[in-house]
Amino acid sequence: MTSSATHTIENTQSAPDNSETVIEVKNLKISFGSQDVLKDVSFNLHKGENLVVLGKSGSGKSVLIKCLTELLRPDSGSMVVLGKTVNSMDRHELAELRKQIGFLFQSGALYDSMTVRANLEFPLTRMNRKVNKEEINERIKKVLDNVGLGHAIDKMPAELSGGMRKRIALARTIIVDPVIMLYDEPTTGLDPITSREISVLINDVQEKYNTSSIIITHDMDCAREVADRVIMLKEGQIVAEGTLEELEESEDEWIRSFFGKN
Amino acid sequence: METGTTKKTEEKKTAPPSPARAFFNEAGGIALFLGQTARYTFSFPFEFKEFIKQCYMIGNKSFGLVGITGAIMGVVLTIQSRPVLADFGAEAMLPKMVAVSLVREIGPVITALICAGKIGSGMGAELGSMKVTEQIEAMEVSATMPMKYLVVTRVMAATFMIPLLVIFADTLGLLGSWLGVNIKGDVNIALFFSHAFSSLEFIDLVPSIAKSFVFGWVIGLVGCYKGYNAGKGTESVGIAANSAVVLSSLLIIIVDLIAVQVTDILS
Ligand SMILES: Nc1ncnc2c1ncn2[C@@H]1O[C@H](COP(=O)(O)OP(=O)(O)OP(=O)(O)O)[C@@H](O)[C@H]1O
Ligand SMILES: [Mg+2]
Repeated sequence: MTSSATHTIENTQSAPDNSETVIEVKNLKISFGSQDVLKDVSFNLHKGENLVVLGKSGSGKSVLIKCLTELLRPDSGSMVVLGKTVNSMDRHELAELRKQIGFLFQSGALYDSMTVRANLEFPLTRMNRKVNKEEINERIKKVLDNVGLGHAIDKMPAELSGGMRKRIALARTIIVDPVIMLYDEPTTGLDPITSREISVLINDVQEKYNTSSIIITHDMDCAREVADRVIMLKEGQIVAEGTLEELEESEDEWIRSFFGKN
Repeated sequence: METGTTKKTEEKKTAPPSPARAFFNEAGGIALFLGQTARYTFSFPFEFKEFIKQCYMIGNKSFGLVGITGAIMGVVLTIQSRPVLADFGAEAMLPKMVAVSLVREIGPVITALICAGKIGSGMGAELGSMKVTEQIEAMEVSATMPMKYLVVTRVMAATFMIPLLVIFADTLGLLGSWLGVNIKGDVNIALFFSHAFSSLEFIDLVPSIAKSFVFGWVIGLVGCYKGYNAGKGTESVGIAANSAVVLSSLLIIIVDLIAVQVTDILS
């Protein structure tokens, strides 16, 4: 596993190394009360790959990525992330693993009581207590430029629009250069132009750092832009897997309807 | 649901729990939370910066209200006690009586109840909204223990700050009492205070400060517990804040009752 947290590698932009698996999920099952949300989900994520997850609202996509970071505990099944078995680690191992995973929450989850700057500083200083002030400022400036919000640095989250909040949340996720990125609907609520910029940014992150990503989205333009491979969730199971083109050509009516074809 | 068995479990889930069950659920929840808080309190490293910030917030938020209330209690207590004491020809006892009742009972309890309303509800609402909007989960994935960073610091800050606020309220209460005495006669402030303090013994101060620590701890713990275990959706933020005040006020009264018994036995 080449999981050094600091990436200075600019020359690893070659084709993704598909032999290496960074996430391996087997027979994942989770239910809330009498509601079976995920019934039997198995898939792999390869190094340097963008995996798009499609599925109707409420099909358990957010639950799936929360299980991967131990925010939710599944009823059964096994998950191996970066060589570590999830739900069998002690506190320190878990903290170490989480430092290598970027998580963009569907709601953004910005800290209301902190300014944008403090929001961006938080993961940096918490994950790596040795960073100095200059490096922090430099990184904050860089990610804010990436999401086009340099001017918002001293604002409070409550003063930002929904789309701006989403972009700050995205900036907060990529600021630590994670090895794995989990994006929960990165472009929802954004205009087409900004959505495209975000899609391009997701590809940039992938190319530059050879990051492996799971992208949950309903936005077909975004999916088209970023997807190396797609899985589709339905009724707690994966019903289709392949490239976007393959799925669009599918005979299955449900899958076709997802792409606006009947 | 088609089968009878699943239907039954469904019904069980949706029916509101009986009062007894709700009580034990709550007690169990608090006990578990308490255990976790204790564990994280004694695990390294302590979040000192956040602790100081919380202490500052608690003090800054409530010293005005606590001070005003303390002073008014002092005035009221003095004015109301005077006629009774005068009936017995014991007006000279006024400073002593007010000092003892303020320091022993009224100062700590009134301060704690005000802080339950002000600080406990604030913690419930703040942590509740953090929970509802996934901010607590976001902290967790940023390699930060929310129990340590949010809960331990707040519980500790409340535990340390409430006694300070109680002392502040006591002081202003005595000043208020001096004002009250002065309405009907001219008493030198130095004389008043020397009179008041001569009646206060060690045995009055220690239990009162000790129970203030417990009050602070109860306020912090209950506020954080309610916020941290808020349900989903925005209305649970209000519920968390509200029930934090109700439960901590009730517990403060109960703790006070126990404290009185314990002091009584010990002295
Ligand atoms: N903590 C929880 N407790 C109880 N039920 C939950 C919890 N989290 C999710 N669920 C349920 O699990 C189901 C799947 O939720 P999830 O958030 O994963 O949907 P989703 O696929 O992300 O949908 P969307 O596209 O709308 O975000 C929902 O029916 C939801 O009610
Ligand atoms: Mg979701």
